[in-house]
Amino acid sequence: MSAPATRAGYNFAYLDEQTKGMIRRALLKAVAIPGYQVPFGGREMPMPYGWGTGGMQVSAAIIGRDDCLKVIDQGADDTTNAVSIRAFFRDLTGVATTERTEQATLIQTRHRIPETPLHEDQILVYQVPIPEPLRFIEPSEVETRKMHALEDYGVMHIKLYEDIAQFGHIATSYAYPVRVNGRYVMDPSPIPKFDNPKMDHSPALQLFGAGREKRIYAVPPYTEVRSLDFADHPFEVQRWDQCCAICGATDSFLDEVILDDQGGHTFICSDTDYCRTRLARQEEKA
Amino acid sequence: MNREPLLQVRQLTKLHAPGKGCREVSFDLYPGEVLGIVGESGSGKSTLLSCLSARLAPDSGSILYRTDAGETVDLYQLSEARQRQLQRTEWGIVHQHARDGLRMGVSGGANIGERLMATGERHYGQLRATAARWMRDVELDVGRIDDRPTTYSGGMQQRLQIARNLVTHPRLVFMDEPTGGLDVSVQARLLDLLRQLVTELGLAVVIVTHDLAVARLLAQRLIVMRRSQVVESGLTDQVLDDPQHAYTQLLVSSVLTA
Amino acid sequence: MQTMIEVRGLTKVFTLHNQGGTQLPVFRGIDFTAKRGECTVLFGESGSGKSTLLRSLYANYLPTSGSIHVRHRGELVALSGADSQTLLQIRRETIGYVSQFLRVIPRVPTLEVVAEPLRLRGVETAQAQARAGELLERLHIPQRLWSLPPGTFSGGEQQRVNIARGFIVDYPILLLDEPTASLDRRNAATVVELIGQARDRGTAIVGIFHDSEVRDAVADRIFHVQPQAATDRMAS
Repeated sequence: MSAPATRAGYNFAYLDEQTKGMIRRALLKAVAIPGYQVPFGGREMPMPYGWGTGGMQVSAAIIGRDDCLKVIDQGADDTTNAVSIRAFFRDLTGVATTERTEQATLIQTRHRIPETPLHEDQILVYQVPIPEPLRFIEPSEVETRKMHALEDYGVMHIKLYEDIAQFGHIATSYAYPVRVNGRYVMDPSPIPKFDNPKMDHSPALQLFGAGREKRIYAVPPYTEVRSLDFADHPFEVQRWDQCCAICGATDSFLDEVILDDQGGHTFICSDTDYCRTRLARQEEKA
Repeated sequence: MNREPLLQVRQLTKLHAPGKGCREVSFDLYPGEVLGIVGESGSGKSTLLSCLSARLAPDSGSILYRTDAGETVDLYQLSEARQRQLQRTEWGIVHQHARDGLRMGVSGGANIGERLMATGERHYGQLRATAARWMRDVELDVGRIDDRPTTYSGGMQQRLQIARNLVTHPRLVFMDEPTGGLDVSVQARLLDLLRQLVTELGLAVVIVTHDLAVARLLAQRLIVMRRSQVVESGLTDQVLDDPQHAYTQLLVSSVLTA
Repeated sequence: MQTMIEVRGLTKVFTLHNQGGTQLPVFRGIDFTAKRGECTVLFGESGSGKSTLLRSLYANYLPTSGSIHVRHRGELVALSGADSQTLLQIRRETIGYVSQFLRVIPRVPTLEVVAEPLRLRGVETAQAQARAGELLERLHIPQRLWSLPPGTFSGGEQQRVNIARGFIVDYPILLLDEPTASLDRRNAATVVELIGQARDRGTAIVGIFHDSEVRDAVADRIFHVQPQAATDRMAS
């Protein structure tokens, strides 16, 4: 590999070293208290809030020269957001990038967890819009912090109760609240609840960065992550009658694709790398 | 009496300004007893109630509470976590304005179920059955279980608030003018309901009211407050029929009789 | 005969703080004893303080000075100075009081109103209501009215409900404030009967009866309540 070439006039990975140190300290605290939201002095990033500034700051603080970076947006490596963030880090760190899940050491994600199981040497960084799972019912930050401190979580089940009362089942399908390590209730960011089971006892380290709200939280490897539910309405993930129209996968999260304006539609894997890898393997065999 | 008091209040003082709040209030409350606190607006009734229910730390004095488990605890020596736990298990708080005591954004059923969920109930079917039973007990139409309290009338909201509080079978309920702002006919029904629940469940109640008729109907004992201090206390009928203090006499003689 | 109520030097003066501290003396230095199984009738002209004395015995009025002791759980207990808990217990277990007027509780059916004192002593609802029914029947309250709140009843009916409520518990002491005032002869006779039975059980009864016929029928002893300084009061 050639020596990393970073853009002149910028520090490695954009942020200055003091800021990285500050973020790393917040990360250490977050790892030490799984699911607890640690405030941090978020910096301005060269892009607007809502585009992943929180995740990028976390990635910038932990990325090293030997890392191999993968960036996904809703499971895809090739959307504008994913391509731009990947380019940003390639420009400012010179690290290797990849679209292959198993090759990556650092994966920044917006709203998905890769289908390929993660391993111990990987870190998954989530972009988080609203870190506070209690916000929907309690607008006061002072009060929500108190509720976390006192484990006053009765309200969390209210939303699920309302779902069942209204729809007959728990209709919440993304940003589905979880309890981490039997203690803190956490918003897993707007991943589909299909991905929730992947968080439980994951060998990879999971870090969450919320740029606008300036909060960092974490799930250390092999930590229990339980989705909230009722005894008679247990947590369930989405299921499809169809398989992926491209690779035929029946075990992955599918996106609906509209084909024409006659109502024609089909389903394909949301995880582009997973789909491509499966397809390549099938072609090898054939 | 050999029964131990549920609450022992000693020299409780909380002043927002001189004469505003409550000063050197002492009394005992026994299990199953209904204590009325009467007095004009601004006499410190509500401040006292807030202090008693662990929502407002007093300047001085103490409140001892005997828990369900039989230990006697000093309320303001407890951690906030314990205070909240008491508030949502062994106690109930019925606010004058239903919107202070209800979650207006979620259904009536969820309002009743919240305390159960907070204490670990994780069975939807049971939550629902319990909510429906309580709606019937407080004479609410079970068909409204999935409606938000914003669509309920004032009297219905008040009954929902009562159901929401009583669902965990508290031993002690604090009520702040529970019938204030309601139509007289609605008020009578609510009072009757409260009386019935108090007798059936053996609740101890501290009820703040400025309505002497409400006090006579519900409370066995009365405390009369004026300008932050207790001026008279005793059996309800004795205080109302043979008031000793000038202020109580004024209060009793000022009541209009229909 | 065992002393059930002992009154010594009882004085009652009402002080009207909002009328410039006007003093209304009612009686002074009353000594009075009521014994087990005896019916004592308080006698005196209107305004002599009979009702005030009766209410004082129920701790509804506070004495200005003097003492009242009642036999509660076998001991003579002082009413003045007793804490509220003791007073409530005495009312629950020892002293029954039938006032002139029934204080109606909105919406509560007659049968429950009558059964309540038994319920408060822990008697099962069914048993308490059966007993309430018997008494209402004896007092000629038709069964169709039992499920209605007594608020809309006539004065005489309300009073009979009140009497039933007072007699449902076998209190050791029973205070009656003109229980027959608005009753017809038939019902007055029932009340006389009820009083007689209570007395035979050993209840100490203290009552005010304006009807001389009833009074003669029930009184074992007459206690004259002396009007105290009635002239003073007129002047003030």
